[in-house]
Amino acid sequence: MPKKHTSWFAVRKELPPRVGKLLALFSFLLPILIWSLVSYVPIFWHPGVIISDGGDSIYDTGDYVEKEVFAETNAELTESGEVLAKGRPSNPIYLPAPHKVVTAFYRAFTTPPRRSDQPWLHESLWMSIKVIFYAFTLSSLFGIPLGILCGTFDFFKRLHEPFIEFFRYLPAPTFGALAIAVLGIEQAPKIAIVFIGTFFQQVLVISSTTAKLDLSLLEAAQTLGASRFQLLTRVIIPGILPDLHRDQRILLGWAWTYLIVAEAVGSITGITWFIEQQGKYRIYDNVFAAIVMIGILGLICDWFLLEIGKLMFPWKGERANPLFRGIATLFRDNNRLPPGETPEPSE
Amino acid sequence: MSEEIPIYKQQTPEVAARFAKLRERPVVLDVDQLGKQFISPQGKIIQALQDINFKVHRREFVSVIGPSGCGKSTLIRIVAGLETPTSGEIRLNGETIRGPGPDRGMVFQGYTLFPWLTVKKNVMFGLKMSGKGSIEAEQDALQWIDLVGLSKFAEAYPHQLSGGMKQRVAIARALANRPRILLMDEPFGALDAQTRAQMQAYLLQIWENVDVTIMFITHDLDEAVYLSDRILVLKAHPGEVNEILEVPVAHPRNPNQFLNPEFLGTRQHIEHLIHPPVAEEEIETLPIKRMTEVGDDVY
Repeated sequence: MPKKHTSWFAVRKELPPRVGKLLALFSFLLPILIWSLVSYVPIFWHPGVIISDGGDSIYDTGDYVEKEVFAETNAELTESGEVLAKGRPSNPIYLPAPHKVVTAFYRAFTTPPRRSDQPWLHESLWMSIKVIFYAFTLSSLFGIPLGILCGTFDFFKRLHEPFIEFFRYLPAPTFGALAIAVLGIEQAPKIAIVFIGTFFQQVLVISSTTAKLDLSLLEAAQTLGASRFQLLTRVIIPGILPDLHRDQRILLGWAWTYLIVAEAVGSITGITWFIEQQGKYRIYDNVFAAIVMIGILGLICDWFLLEIGKLMFPWKGERANPLFRGIATLFRDNNRLPPGETPEPSE
Repeated sequence: MSEEIPIYKQQTPEVAARFAKLRERPVVLDVDQLGKQFISPQGKIIQALQDINFKVHRREFVSVIGPSGCGKSTLIRIVAGLETPTSGEIRLNGETIRGPGPDRGMVFQGYTLFPWLTVKKNVMFGLKMSGKGSIEAEQDALQWIDLVGLSKFAEAYPHQLSGGMKQRVAIARALANRPRILLMDEPFGALDAQTRAQMQAYLLQIWENVDVTIMFITHDLDEAVYLSDRILVLKAHPGEVNEILEVPVAHPRNPNQFLNPEFLGTRQHIEHLIHPPVAEEEIETLPIKRMTEVGDDVY
């Protein structure tokens, strides 16, 4: 059998799945590798010194001193014949080493807040998730129907889109002061800002997705006797669902980016409060851990939605992850063939 | 037989009797003084169709053929109600057409099956639109699926089917509504030659088994002669009726008739209508130049 060989750099050709998975692993390993090199190998960067013994200098053990200043100090100490300061090369404290961040992951959850009225980390995270959930649900509740209407009827498109086009250029955080004045200082103004950041984009994105549905499907439905209302409910909505699902995934990502600015409005809350606090106390291990947590949360959420989508739209011909398929069979009618499990076509 | 009658007009007594009977059947589709104007993006008025008149009788198979740009697709889209005429009107069983409806089923060149529905649900679509209950619609749909020979694939999704199978589902879906007329807009244009021949045979079988009138758009001369009772030949710029001719090939049709003199004669006549024969000296030939290396043995 001839050996199949696909170039790793073929233009617009898909790589074999195993190579793809390997590269996905590397896309995470590579930044971690660079981070580790910078953290653990002294010849990379390390612009300062951590004092291990101050000698006769003004420094205390554990102080961070820049390399040049350290050398100057020791030169002065040599001149006056005093005891030299000792230390080892180090990175600035705002770049903690990977292992410190990994331990911070655990420690951040188990360290009690400094004051008893302050939230634990998991409470802060939960607060952020709630803001995202309410804002995104609210935005979708209005944004999806309006987007579908704009993509279906030119009337609504002409009526709404020019204003929405204008409004989406207004940065959501600028409504901070207004949101507090109207909605108070609790969670409501934060939800409002994430809503403003998401909603207007959502209408436009979903409108364009709706307009992209193959017109000939609508024509076919008309020749089969579909009324205007049936076109909407039986053709347009089921037809755009997979693309709508994909849009929602992307929009949810945007909502997360708005979360951080929204939480900084008024009294800082949620995960942003945690990051802010840890920064204030200069515990950068925890700052990094919290940032990575947001990333992991987003990634899990997106992956979950992607697999749910594959289950919901079997007619797209993509198979869901075995784990999800297993869960789905628990809910499925037993005496029915699972969708997509039909004999191979042949003529 | 007289020498003057061209072969495409010679009808055997059986064929002549068939046409005499056809003409007495009720008129299903009556296209009357139909015209359609477009306004081009440059603001010019384009006469796509002009003064089209013809009638289609019950259970007749009429093809429309013509050079590209003659407006044959526009014509069938107007009949379907997907476009509106700028002059004249179309009557279906005596009633003027306004907009699309289930009494005129349409099969498009692109398969237009709903990808999110199984074969069975696709065929049930029209039945459900007209308010039939699920159980009744399902029974009906399964019969139509059986008629096009796809019972094994009732639960399959369109993306799992080949092009020919998709088009058979589309035909079943249109027929399930029991339309007065089945409109087919170059339905086999996207299929490979072998599948197309098979689909033509299927269509003839279906047409023999089902009480349906067919209007069929094609640019394939063999297809038009092989399938049709009558052929409407259009000419372009503006789109007008060039000739409506009765195909003198006997029924039932079979692929062996492709070589019959009346088949070939009809085909050649339409060929001449669409592409009038050009005098020898007017035919443009390409300059002959050898692009091979000296010494290459290419001949």
